Amino acid sequence: MKTAARLGMVLCGHCAALWKDVQAHDRCGRCGARLHPRKPDSLSRTWALVIAACIMYLPANLLPVMITASFPREEQQDTIMSGIIYFWTSGSWVLAVIVFIASFLVPLFKLAVMILLLVTAWRHSSWRLLERTRLYRIVELIGRWSMLDVFVVSLLAGLVQIQGFATVHAGPGIVAFAAVVVLTMFASMSFDPRLMWDTGAPEQEKPDE
Amino acid sequence: MQQLPDLIACKECDAVHRRLTLGHNEVARCSRCGAELERDMRDHVGRVLPLTIASLFMYVIANVFPVAGLEFHGAVNHTTLMGAVLSLGAEEMYLLAFLVFVTTILFPLFQLLGLIYLLISISGTGRRSHGLNLWVRMIQTFRPWVMVEVLLLGAIVAFVKLTSMATVFPGPALWALGGLALLFASVLSFNPRYIWHMAPPERRKKLATAADRTSAAPSAEKAVTAKPESP
Repeated sequence: MKTAARLGMVLCGHCAALWKDVQAHDRCGRCGARLHPRKPDSLSRTWALVIAACIMYLPANLLPVMITASFPREEQQDTIMSGIIYFWTSGSWVLAVIVFIASFLVPLFKLAVMILLLVTAWRHSSWRLLERTRLYRIVELIGRWSMLDVFVVSLLAGLVQIQGFATVHAGPGIVAFAAVVVLTMFASMSFDPRLMWDTGAPEQEKPDE
Repeated sequence: MQQLPDLIACKECDAVHRRLTLGHNEVARCSRCGAELERDMRDHVGRVLPLTIASLFMYVIANVFPVAGLEFHGAVNHTTLMGAVLSLGAEEMYLLAFLVFVTTILFPLFQLLGLIYLLISISGTGRRSHGLNLWVRMIQTFRPWVMVEVLLLGAIVAFVKLTSMATVFPGPALWALGGLALLFASVLSFNPRYIWHMAPPERRKKLATAADRTSAAPSAEKAVTAKPESP
């Protein structure tokens, strides 16, 4: 299989025009975007973002995301998980499942997949390239849905503001949680899936040209 | 530097393919990794502008009217989207307020106005200035951060969560958000990079002659080894 890199061509990341004889710092002649054969410093940037996301993952799950004060009852602090359990025990199973997927499974899945992709790309592995590319596509697609809990807390904090009776405040956990979502989104954007194929494609063993 | 208009590279695995002439609504996929290479958008192009303008109306309704109202022991409270952002700001959650503001208010508006401006200026003259290029790239860059459909689901979850606690009623903005999410799904399926295919006439002629020169080449590899002379 001929690849653009081996043929000395550069694909514009924005408008998908293909160029040859590209010098360093050249811009795409069609849309004006900077041309890079691969996303710049892809692996190290993605590693940095994934590690930062892993660190933020702890406070995101341990600190309260929402603090509810309603008049007869005492102040109640909810973490991501206790919010899901609350939905489950109060009988809203559909919502419990939706929030469990969006707020718990998706961030965990994203971090696990990004680490897997980074380690295999870093080790020039040719293991299951097609499946790895597919995983990358899934991560890009579902990443945004973890913002669900951020919006839920924001809307509740905006709506439940009846002083003296019931107030909802956003807790520190939701800031960490939003940081995990944003960092993993940036991580999947800065990862270049072509790096997996560059080093891992089995055709590379056969000398071509 | 020289463009290869009759070749296309896969953005996920870098394989080079000959660009195919796509039929009605056809999609070209990479034979190595299955990624989408190109999509026929001719049908869609005419629809994007009206859909975008409809979205803009929905956007205004979604932002002006309250998302939901809450009644608790006789006290009633409404909130709009902006109201939710401001109450986060009042709690000194500035980063969070900023994030919610850009993903649900600023970037959707920017996306809609940007597309309208782009489609109108393309259909008018067919010429693209340098500023327009930058505009297309910005629309593409901000696209993943438009989260209207996630906000809609969030509003539904928040709404159901409150029903157990107090009397809640949906506001007009909740319905408008539903409409906006649907319209956006259609508007965002138009990738602004296809703007480049609506090339101005003189450029299209140049591309056509370049394609003719190499059209005899049976495969991607051959087209490259043929090395068409530089302009």
